[in-house]
Amino acid sequence: MNVHEKLAILADAAKYDASCASSGSKSTRPGSRIGSTEGMGICHSYTPDGRCVSLLKILLTNYCIYDCQYCVNRITSDVPRARFSTDEVVRLTLEFYRRNYIEGLFLSSGIIQDANYTMEHLVAVARTLRVEHGYGGYIHLKTIPRASGELIAEAGRWADRISVNIELPTEHDLVQLAPEKKRSDIEQSMTDIKVRIDAQRDDRQAGFSAPPFAPAGQSTQMIVGATPTPDADILATAHHLYSRRKMRRVYYSAYSPIPHADARLPAQTPPLVREHRLYQADWLLRFYGFQLEELVTPAKPNLDLDVDPKLAWALHHREQFPVDVNRADREMLLRIPGLGVKTVDRIIVSRRHRTLRADDLRKLRVPWSRVQHFVATADHKPRSQLLECPQLVRKLHPKVSSRQLSLFAEA
Amino acid sequence: MLLVHDFDDWRRTARRQLRDGIPPEEVHFGSEEDHQPLLDLPAGPPGQNHEHVPPGMFPRVPAGFLETARSVACHSDRHRWDLLYRVLWRLTHGEPELLDVAIDDDVHRLHLMERAVSRDAHKAKAFVRFRRIEGDHGDEYVAWHRPDHRILKLVAPFFSRRFPEMRWSILTPDESVLWDGRSLHYGPGVPSSEAPEGDALEDLWRTYYGSIFNPARIKLKTMKREMPVRHWATLPETQVIPQLLEDAPGRVAAMHKATANQPRSAAEFLPDRKTLKTLAAAADHCKGCELYKDATQTVFGEGSKTARIVLVGEQPGDQEDLEGHPFVGPAGRVLDEALAEAGIDREDVYVTNAVKHFHWEPRGERRLHKKPPARAMSACRPWLEAEVAVLQPEVVVCLGATAAQSVVGREAKVTRDRGRIMRSALCRQTLMTWHPSAILRAPDATARERMRMELVNDLRTAFQAMSDGAGAGQLATSGSR
Repeated sequence: MNVHEKLAILADAAKYDASCASSGSKSTRPGSRIGSTEGMGICHSYTPDGRCVSLLKILLTNYCIYDCQYCVNRITSDVPRARFSTDEVVRLTLEFYRRNYIEGLFLSSGIIQDANYTMEHLVAVARTLRVEHGYGGYIHLKTIPRASGELIAEAGRWADRISVNIELPTEHDLVQLAPEKKRSDIEQSMTDIKVRIDAQRDDRQAGFSAPPFAPAGQSTQMIVGATPTPDADILATAHHLYSRRKMRRVYYSAYSPIPHADARLPAQTPPLVREHRLYQADWLLRFYGFQLEELVTPAKPNLDLDVDPKLAWALHHREQFPVDVNRADREMLLRIPGLGVKTVDRIIVSRRHRTLRADDLRKLRVPWSRVQHFVATADHKPRSQLLECPQLVRKLHPKVSSRQLSLFAEA
Repeated sequence: MLLVHDFDDWRRTARRQLRDGIPPEEVHFGSEEDHQPLLDLPAGPPGQNHEHVPPGMFPRVPAGFLETARSVACHSDRHRWDLLYRVLWRLTHGEPELLDVAIDDDVHRLHLMERAVSRDAHKAKAFVRFRRIEGDHGDEYVAWHRPDHRILKLVAPFFSRRFPEMRWSILTPDESVLWDGRSLHYGPGVPSSEAPEGDALEDLWRTYYGSIFNPARIKLKTMKREMPVRHWATLPETQVIPQLLEDAPGRVAAMHKATANQPRSAAEFLPDRKTLKTLAAAADHCKGCELYKDATQTVFGEGSKTARIVLVGEQPGDQEDLEGHPFVGPAGRVLDEALAEAGIDREDVYVTNAVKHFHWEPRGERRLHKKPPARAMSACRPWLEAEVAVLQPEVVVCLGATAAQSVVGREAKVTRDRGRIMRSALCRQTLMTWHPSAILRAPDATARERMRMELVNDLRTAFQAMSDGAGAGQLATSGSR
């Protein structure tokens, strides 16, 4: 099998991994002869599925001894199989990189023989790139739960980011669909990585020249929509991972029908809107000061698919609006549907000098048709009855805001 | 009209105007490259007569201004210089915090321009595609790119940091730059006709691009917003987009179809009321995997309805397949002898297989046993689960690796874990041992005898594990209950 054929198989096998981020490593490794990382990720291309192509995202092999039902590479799937040699991956990465097609490599693998055997091969690729070729570009390695501590340590030594997939939102889901994977193993791996990241940072702060360990941190991914688990549980798991395991990012991947799927899985188009709503909620929890129970409740454990979670919250708390943009504190400004963090910060700085008017908000490029119902300015006060009007939701009903989507698609 | 040709030039000129107290209304800046008819041109080359003023003498402006101005200077809008001068004037004439006021018209325009330039520079970092050519100095990497603004000077240092040991150049319609491994050399614009033709690697890149695309989720608008169509001409991967889109619905439909037609698992063939009898009858019609097609019949488990030991083998063999009963061939005879030697009556146990259909391949006239595929193992598991659920045995004995993996899990290793009582999802007391066929295949008589003894011992262990080792007496009575 030639490299073309292998690439076709092993890229196809990797496409269900949502992350393609190449951001987070602030400086290029010293002594690099080719490649750089300067903090910001770069999306070198986009495919017609709207996803960014930043990294060469491939599997080392799609042979796998596991039988996770949602996974196209599970042992019982009939997909064609292939395996790259270390050298093939190294050459592909460098050749693509030299032509500026990619920001780096995202290498994952099916599990062959056992966790350590697989992990050794992943690490070998990263080591060869760094040591033999002086490669300083981005590397994201997927680590295999239950791989040895030494291998994880070496993975972090060469990689910018390492990740372990949480796979499914709850332990129950895991038992159902991935009986060979254990939540405790996965979380243990995450904890090990976190401990090493913390230790490296502490060493640096104490003035030791500790070698790098995953300078771009760790991330994880969970598949959404393969089981009936509601958004409340998904977001609770994400919250747990952000706060306890210090994830840089939790990716939600709408379950996509795969060739030869197990009959227990929904053979439907991926729930893309739901995936989008989860990202919005994730953002609100992390950057907008929202609490989980403000977005989902036991009585209503799923996010509204029709309106975004911030608008949904605002419509349930109409008494708090309109908000006076010239007076309200930052916390409240952040709760106005249509205002982002950047806009809010610009409002706060600007209003020290001038009193804001409706036109000024338009200049800040807020979606005025929506925002106007929720804000008061020097020359604008919405009729409060309008907020009571049941037609408002329909009026405000945004088609899934494509502008906001891009926020998540970027590297 | 004051002619300036780059940011530093504008900076020198603006500094002089500012020092002379010339308000923005009374001065206009322009550039030759702006291709605008410039009236009232002063004679001589741009930047003439500028006296040297040390950098420290530049009027005090907020830290961010110079950085912003350097970006805005790259914008293609010919009014950029005037705007910059107006903002500079206001900053130095009573509005030092002007840049904070995002809603001010001038600041607003400045921000828009800055954002446009920064986006364009970012897109250049992303969309420049080098092609390797054989040059006078060995391998050279050349890209032709069409930016919206004059951002080459902003991005060239980035590429020199990224590819320090490569000899590369980036050509644009208005300017070009070459990196020779030591420094950047800027030059004039180059038409696209002078761009190198192609690169053998582009096919491989298109293969990757096509394979990483998920046909089940199409979001064309997102793609076009992030990768504007005007850049497509220089992006080799975009050539395959029409084909990808054309094929996508078919690929998705094929996926759904494969899912719909795929043999699923035995689960949907299970009867509502579960007894050994109903289960066996239902299993006769099982099409939970492909194996039924080549097998003669389903070989279901058999044995005592009150068995407290369940023996699980791998799958029926040639003779079992023809007769319809488990463990009746050569391996069955080995098992019978071992049971007898362990003091267990086969009538008292329940014997079944992890997979209920014979999997084989033709070898001449013979049907050669073949290990069941993993899909068949998982598809068939509901039968075994149901048998165990009905019987509620105290011990499950796995004969061989396939049974062990089906019952205990993939990590099960008979050579390592043989003879120990362990817990499994199926039964609180689970034990694995040799498959009788393994004994038949043993390399020599010594090994055969050792394995046979081990099988007997393991069966004894299982036997003793019942009801806290109460053992034989209870088993004997259980048969007559």
